[in-house]
Amino acid sequence: MVDKIETPELTGEIKIPKIEPGATSHYRPNQASEKHNNNLGFPGTRVENWQEKSIEKMDDLLSKYKSLLVYLDSCVRCGSCADKCHYFLGTKDPNNMPVARQELMRKVYRKNFTVGGSLFPVLSGAEDLTEDVMTEWYSYFHQCSQCRRCSVYCPYGIDTAEISMAAREIMDTAGIGQKYCNEILGKVMDVGNNLGLTKPALANTLEFLEEDVEEETGVPVKFPLDQEGADVLLIAPSADFFSTPHIEGFMGYAKVFHEAGISWTVSSYASEFANFGMFIGNYETMQKVATRIKDAARELKVKRVIVGECGHAWRVAYSFWNTLIGPFDFLDKKYKNPTHICEFTLELLDRDAIKVDLTANDNRVVTFHDSCNVSRGSRMGDSSGGQFEIPRKLIKKVCGNFVEMDSETIRELTFCCGGGGGLLTDELIELRVQGALPRAEALHEVMKERGVNTMAMICAICKAQFTKVLPSYGIDMEVVASLHQLVSDAIVLKGKVGV
Amino acid sequence: MAFEVNGVTYETDEDGYLANIDQWNEDAAKWLAEDEGVDMSESHWEVVNFLREYYEEYRIAPMIRILTKAIGKKLGKEKGNTKYLYELYPGGPAKQACKIAGLPKPTGCV
Ligand code: SF4
Ligand code: SF4
Repeated sequence: MVDKIETPELTGEIKIPKIEPGATSHYRPNQASEKHNNNLGFPGTRVENWQEKSIEKMDDLLSKYKSLLVYLDSCVRCGSCADKCHYFLGTKDPNNMPVARQELMRKVYRKNFTVGGSLFPVLSGAEDLTEDVMTEWYSYFHQCSQCRRCSVYCPYGIDTAEISMAAREIMDTAGIGQKYCNEILGKVMDVGNNLGLTKPALANTLEFLEEDVEEETGVPVKFPLDQEGADVLLIAPSADFFSTPHIEGFMGYAKVFHEAGISWTVSSYASEFANFGMFIGNYETMQKVATRIKDAARELKVKRVIVGECGHAWRVAYSFWNTLIGPFDFLDKKYKNPTHICEFTLELLDRDAIKVDLTANDNRVVTFHDSCNVSRGSRMGDSSGGQFEIPRKLIKKVCGNFVEMDSETIRELTFCCGGGGGLLTDELIELRVQGALPRAEALHEVMKERGVNTMAMICAICKAQFTKVLPSYGIDMEVVASLHQLVSDAIVLKGKVGV
Repeated sequence: MAFEVNGVTYETDEDGYLANIDQWNEDAAKWLAEDEGVDMSESHWEVVNFLREYYEEYRIAPMIRILTKAIGKKLGKEKGNTKYLYELYPGGPAKQACKIAGLPKPTGCV
């Protein structure tokens, strides 16, 4: 049943709300089944001695990740992060203030790992991991999209995302898994992608796209699958094979390869760029998912790996692949591996290797939504800030009308779409709608004031989330666009009918 | 979870999707549609039937573009677009229509 969702009203500015304690304590994602947990090597259901197991795991994580220990020790409660989280701004629940979210773990840490906390628990705000505390954990560590906006404002750089990841890892270890992430990770290991798209289905999809593009343009743009010896292995998020506007972006990548005359292929074995192993904070899972890509690249004997539009996966690729699955010494050293598709396309445009007709996008006034994991968890290209500049340069190459949103909502200060971090699931729809409030405000303003009708982005989660939740704010889902969709519309295909 | 129509019990998962796709029939579809607040017209059934045919062959729902094109062919070109599908199924053609068609819920960033 589709219930009516309580959508916050757009007021024309991003306001700090009056707090409502416990407003969203009932929001929690469905729990993973025994099968989904077991698939990833976690206990199927909550273990009998779950408290003991959880504390043991916490101990393990504290010794493995010094950063976690520092984060738990160093908060001075200055409060500067408190109003920086989109979930707090949208839900009004004070537990969604980053400092309060951290406190859920910190109090258990104090009780079990500090002298003061174990001797004077009340004085030092220490608490055991009781049933009630675990209920809060499950709820509020799944109301954090691990976007790291709060950490930008923290004088100590405390990263709530890392605390959330640790909490989820602890819960998984105790047999308390989240269905959305764990089911999907099982599918990647089984079928090769989050969707569960089988090889015949993928082949059918690519054939369809081939026909579709040829029908539309008269040019036989190829969408190759498992082509050994291709120059490029393209790793896209599997949503690019399924949803709108993801597919339109994927068609853009294909046209770019076609026009540049560079051979490429998709792999049916590694048909997923997304890596939800990061969301559940589990290194081994993250490594297993990433390893499929390395294996496919080797098997297909490609020279380089280019990756599609997916935010968190870019963070994994840019920041962690080298440790997880590097070195890539079997690939051609001439190229940067991995290369982001935006870097790739922009470089081709810069040296006139492909042509665009930007009047094709004259009907659009475009703004750009920076995705959190690209902005704060990675870089792009060769100079600092490349993750902000490259997508913008690319947009301006293919469209004449570009407008920025409010400066406090872009670049490193960008707001999460509200569906990141493994929360893009239907049962959290209210949270997702409310969490999108700051972005909806900023977007609405430029739509009203500057005539913006397109918000481009380079993340599969952002695209799915916005097409779903923006209509609650009265914003048409067609505003949401893939960046390479704009490229797709502007690129000049040689032999294109009518050109 | 489960629901019952005409004396038959249908098991569902926690998201309300049929647990066993082979159990699907018109009764179940009608019940699921009503639960979703969708009033099934002939066009609605076209979508459901196409989804089931595709699933039969590929064990997954089709990409949205494949669906819109197929519907355009069946119901006329002006209806072969995402907008029309959302008019039929406001909860989204991929999720809501799949549910009524008895298909498992599509997972991932969709
Ligand atoms: S990481 Fe993002 S979602 Fe999590 S508490 Fe910080 S601002 Fe909120
Ligand atoms: S900004 Fe940093 S130090 Fe200040 S309350 Fe937040 S986490 Fe603590």
